[in-house]
Amino acid sequence: MRPVFKLSIRFLVLFLVFGTLDVAPLVADARDDARQQVDFGIEVAQRGLWREAIYRWERAAVIDPTYAAAHNNLAIAYEQDGDLGKARISYERALALEPGNVFITQNYELFREINDRTNPQNTQ
Amino acid sequence: MTAQIPRILSSLAVAAMAAACGGSFSEIPIETPLRPKLDVSGFESILVAGFIAGGTDDVDGNLETTRLLRSQLRNQSDMRIVDSDVLPLIEVAIESRTISDTSTEREDPLAPEPILADEDLAQYEHLFANVDYWKQIGEEYQQPLIVTGTVMFASQDRSGTVQRDQEVYDSFGRRSVVPVRTYLERTGFVLRPRFIFIDGRTGAVLYSENFREEVLYNANQTSPALSSYFELMDRLLPSFLSTLSTQTIRGTRVLLQ
Repeated sequence: MRPVFKLSIRFLVLFLVFGTLDVAPLVADARDDARQQVDFGIEVAQRGLWREAIYRWERAAVIDPTYAAAHNNLAIAYEQDGDLGKARISYERALALEPGNVFITQNYELFREINDRTNPQNTQ
Repeated sequence: MTAQIPRILSSLAVAAMAAACGGSFSEIPIETPLRPKLDVSGFESILVAGFIAGGTDDVDGNLETTRLLRSQLRNQSDMRIVDSDVLPLIEVAIESRTISDTSTEREDPLAPEPILADEDLAQYEHLFANVDYWKQIGEEYQQPLIVTGTVMFASQDRSGTVQRDQEVYDSFGRRSVVPVRTYLERTGFVLRPRFIFIDGRTGAVLYSENFREEVLYNANQTSPALSSYFELMDRLLPSFLSTLSTQTIRGTRVLLQ
């Protein structure tokens, strides 16, 4: 076997062993941290503290941008805040991450009903 | 008990979806504030002046729309509602057209032409751009925000072939659903209002908005035109009101973990 090829395989093996060992916990940690933020956000939102909930879910979305639940919850909080533009962006991110999630789809459809009222068919 | 049934069904549906998704969730009630589309802070009062209305003769679209909007605004708006006679806008439009267009060769240029379709409204549209007229109305009523526009309320016939699903059972008693095409006679009404908001201080149009709502009934159902009119107006009133004041929409969403 050619030495260069041998070296490449060795690097690949090293990357697979140490690379995944290093990255996998990081990903899991990020999701765990984000989940803690999401859970706390839900707790405070249920007590009507929506500002704090927005802060928590925004942090969750930064910690783990692939966490669809964080974007979904954030969209709901933006709706409650009357910021329909931000709500749309968050719903669309959540749906892009989990296209088959029926909860996100249902939330988004309900949101669109409201959002359509603010976009008249014809204005001057 | 009856009122609880939709809530129970909704909860069951959510539970079924949760089982399908496999994630944790919780329902939460929300109140979405819809900010007004128009800044009305410069106005103390609002005048629903009247409308150029057409379509069926069974409903006076001008009178009914003016009356309904005034009563809704009394409940939903902080502005003072001007109580005045409904303006005969068709006559005003004809008069202003006759003055500006001396070449009219009609037998009686002041006789209003029937408004049966949207195209018939076009001959009156110039009135809304008549800044002098609206400025004069504004001066008369202490410079309010003026609401006017057009209302087309007409009957419609939508008879034709429709496709619907039908249950069938084979010789073994197995159920299946097949699409069946049937001829259905349906009639109803269509409501197409256009609300125009005019600055009573300048006579200029600030904002306008078009709506379209329709209702269809099977041939064996009968509904008076006036009740259909109110049913359709009821659907678009929240949108109309949200032009002027903040509306709160209550709903429920699902938070995910």
